[in-house]
Amino acid sequence: MFESLSQRLSDTVQRLRGRGRLTEANIRESLREVRIALLEADVALPVVQALIQRVQARAVGQEVLKSLTPGQALVKVVRDELTALMGTVNTELNLAQQPPAIVLVAGLQGAGKTTTVAKLARFLVERKKKKVMVVSCDVYRPAAIDQLQTLAAQVGVGFFPSSGAQDPVAIARAALDAARREVADVLIVDTAGRLHVDAEMMDEVKALHATLNPVETLFVVDAMTGQDAATTAKAFAEALPLTGVILTKTDGDARGGAALSVRYVTGRPIKFLGAGEKTDALEPFHPDRIAQRILGMGDVLSLVEEVERKVDQAKAARLAEKVVKGKRFDMNDMRDQLEQMVNMGGLGALMDKLPGVGSLPDSVKSKVNDREIKRMIALIQSMTKKERRHPDLLNGSRRARVARGAGQQPADVNRLLKQYQQMEKMMSKLASGGMKGLMRQMQGALKRGGMPPMR
Amino acid sequence: MLKFWKKKPAAAGDAAQPEPAADADAVAAPSAAPPRGWRERLAGNALARGLGVLFARHPRLDDALLDELETVLLTADVGVAATQALVEDLRTRMHRRAFADADALLAALREDMRAMLAPVARPLDVSAAKPFVLLMVGVNGVGKTTTIGKLARRYRDEGRDVLLAAGDTFRAAAVKQLEAWGERDGVPVIAQGQGADAASVIFDALQAARARGCDVLIADTAGRLHTQGGLMDELGKIKRVLGKLDAAAPHEVLMVIDGTTGQNAINQVRQFRDAVGVSGLVVTKLDGTAKGGVVFALAREFGLPIRYVGLGEGAEDLREFEPRAFVDGLLPETLGATA
Ligand SMILES: Nc1nc2c(ncn2[C@@H]2O[C@H](COP(=O)(O)OP(=O)(O)OP(=O)(O)O)[C@@H](O)[C@H]2O)c(=O)[nH]1
Ligand SMILES: Nc1nc2c(ncn2[C@@H]2O[C@H](COP(=O)(O)OP(=O)(O)OP(=O)(O)O)[C@@H](O)[C@H]2O)c(=O)[nH]1
Ligand SMILES: [Mg+2]
Ligand SMILES: [Mg+2]
Repeated sequence: MFESLSQRLSDTVQRLRGRGRLTEANIRESLREVRIALLEADVALPVVQALIQRVQARAVGQEVLKSLTPGQALVKVVRDELTALMGTVNTELNLAQQPPAIVLVAGLQGAGKTTTVAKLARFLVERKKKKVMVVSCDVYRPAAIDQLQTLAAQVGVGFFPSSGAQDPVAIARAALDAARREVADVLIVDTAGRLHVDAEMMDEVKALHATLNPVETLFVVDAMTGQDAATTAKAFAEALPLTGVILTKTDGDARGGAALSVRYVTGRPIKFLGAGEKTDALEPFHPDRIAQRILGMGDVLSLVEEVERKVDQAKAARLAEKVVKGKRFDMNDMRDQLEQMVNMGGLGALMDKLPGVGSLPDSVKSKVNDREIKRMIALIQSMTKKERRHPDLLNGSRRARVARGAGQQPADVNRLLKQYQQMEKMMSKLASGGMKGLMRQMQGALKRGGMPPMR
Repeated sequence: MLKFWKKKPAAAGDAAQPEPAADADAVAAPSAAPPRGWRERLAGNALARGLGVLFARHPRLDDALLDELETVLLTADVGVAATQALVEDLRTRMHRRAFADADALLAALREDMRAMLAPVARPLDVSAAKPFVLLMVGVNGVGKTTTIGKLARRYRDEGRDVLLAAGDTFRAAAVKQLEAWGERDGVPVIAQGQGADAASVIFDALQAARARGCDVLIADTAGRLHTQGGLMDELGKIKRVLGKLDAAAPHEVLMVIDGTTGQNAINQVRQFRDAVGVSGLVVTKLDGTAKGGVVFALAREFGLPIRYVGLGEGAEDLREFEPRAFVDGLLPETLGATA
């Protein structure tokens, strides 16, 4: 989710690193780019401004300008500030309370509250060995209670029945009694989605909070949310003493600026990420890992080392030589490259090292697999020698034949060719620069998704 | 009336708008609802009021004004590229002394933005076929099922025979949710229950709609992220299966966008368009403080018609899209006024 943001930031950072001397002017220019990257990632404007201001104050000061390696010093400042913003350690649910410990979830309509309640219940049963009961106080949305009931049955936790005819506070009170009676360790309370500007509904959730006195009050927010994340989070944090945030739908390709906004505005830790519709798609959130990788620092160096160790140096040198001489990158070269990737332990191993990508939930990572690469290799193998050397020959009927030969669809061939074109373009840009430069470019392509797409 | 509808449509949508006048607006039949109701509602919310105040302090025609406008656009999710294009154009014109005062500049911006949306303000005509088949698609939780409930009400009130298809066979209680809407709207629902094949449910529903001589069939689908290749392919399959009965069906593939979504909406539309050929958009949840500014980027990039906007959780909280009302929700009419 965060990888596009890291990509943008690391481009900027990379440029800075190379510079021996920084001036106030080029610091400003770089910060402008950081600002745009953050905004494009949907980080709320006030949060962006606050961050840039802090970085600027430190950067234009002695700390950076007097440094021997000012580029790196600036990078460090940006990283420090991002880390400070995200927090450092994973904050677990606090359930140390006379049971039943109560967890209240709240948020806007459709954010994923009900699904998250089921995920939390499952997490607590399976990983924390708790006895869990859930209840829905959503008397408004059609079939909201049925939805939670179905999910509770799926994950095998206690469900306290309620009905749309009841008052939410009365439901909460009755559920609390039942949880005590049945000595549940945890009672998780689902609430209706509500707008922060809906005074009546906000009063209702405050009343629920007062009745339940929950040890955890969690704000559930959709990772695809734009600038409104800050406004909304602020209003909920003012209405309720939030203890944490859960960011849902992180399995998509949103750049996740909402994470930064909500964290900044509420000052509360993001405790979990929702990463899928299924009830097991919940992951504890590790802010330090994200903050480190958001700037593209993370493990890039160790990745380069590993790549250099494992790559077939002879083949790579041949390719580098070819590229330097201005010869064309063809399908044979592409196949070599893909095979190298498989040799290196495949994408899974590589991905963990890539900035940002490593922070993706496992459920996403598992979708990017070596099968894709092997399928691509199979397509190349189904081409004739001539086609491999001159991919331009691949017209419609040839593409269809290649697809058939590899037991795949013409669309797969098209995708391969598109990726080939991207690589080719990259290689031709790379007239000089040798092995190191090549590797760096490859990483760039990986991060940008020039290689097998993630699904 | 079902119990869970206790929170009446009027009450649901009006918290943002405490003025009693809004009640009358919210309960009015949608076909009769004047566009003004929409504008008032958007312009009346907290943020728009805040903007009025913001501008009142900066009535001068200078770069500071442009900075304020830039802030407004960025915080409305208009996006960096579109915002810069708009603001830089204004800057050039300002330096050429094209504006007499700050209000004139604001009027020019409003006009530019309205003009960006004008080409996508194309209402949907469901009388073009019988049965007219609408397929609702979109990512998770954006308001597809609720919008179907609203559309069913609207078309029924226009005197059409409407049938709904419970094509979300995946999410817990999704079928029940649509059935509750059917009951509320007095519109029948074709369903097979959870776990059934979505394409076959919708296929059956189209057969039923033809047999019954219905005017409109609206098919729900499960929410899916645009990055989930397999699930996106399933939408293609639904479309193909419908095409077997009626080559022109679905007549409209309506994609729902959550108005609180940021720049990710662009990726969403691109992927859904490629997978099922989206023909129209609905933007929901504009009754909060989100401005839905990403529609400017959507209009520029895809040019897909925006058919409706959602302004609440009730059956009546749907309006046809209107560029002027949309811009009114974003920018005040004059700088002195407190919207
Ligand atoms: N892909 C994905 N979908 C999710 C995730 N969390 C929830 N969803 C989906 O988002 C949609 C809305 O989820 P709900 O749990 O019903 O949301 P809610 O906040 O309870 O909604 P209201 O009660 O109507 O306010 C459903 O389709 C869920 O399956 C997630 O982490 N990833
Ligand atoms: N405030 C507001 N809430 C809305 C609007 N439209 C839908 N909702 C709410 O958003 C939540 C999700 O709506 P659904 O219709 O279930 O969304 P969906 O796209 O069908 O969700 P999935 O099928 O789970 O993907 C519900 O609580 C709706 O009441 C709107 O225009 N304004
Ligand atoms: Mg819910
Ligand atoms: Mg639905």
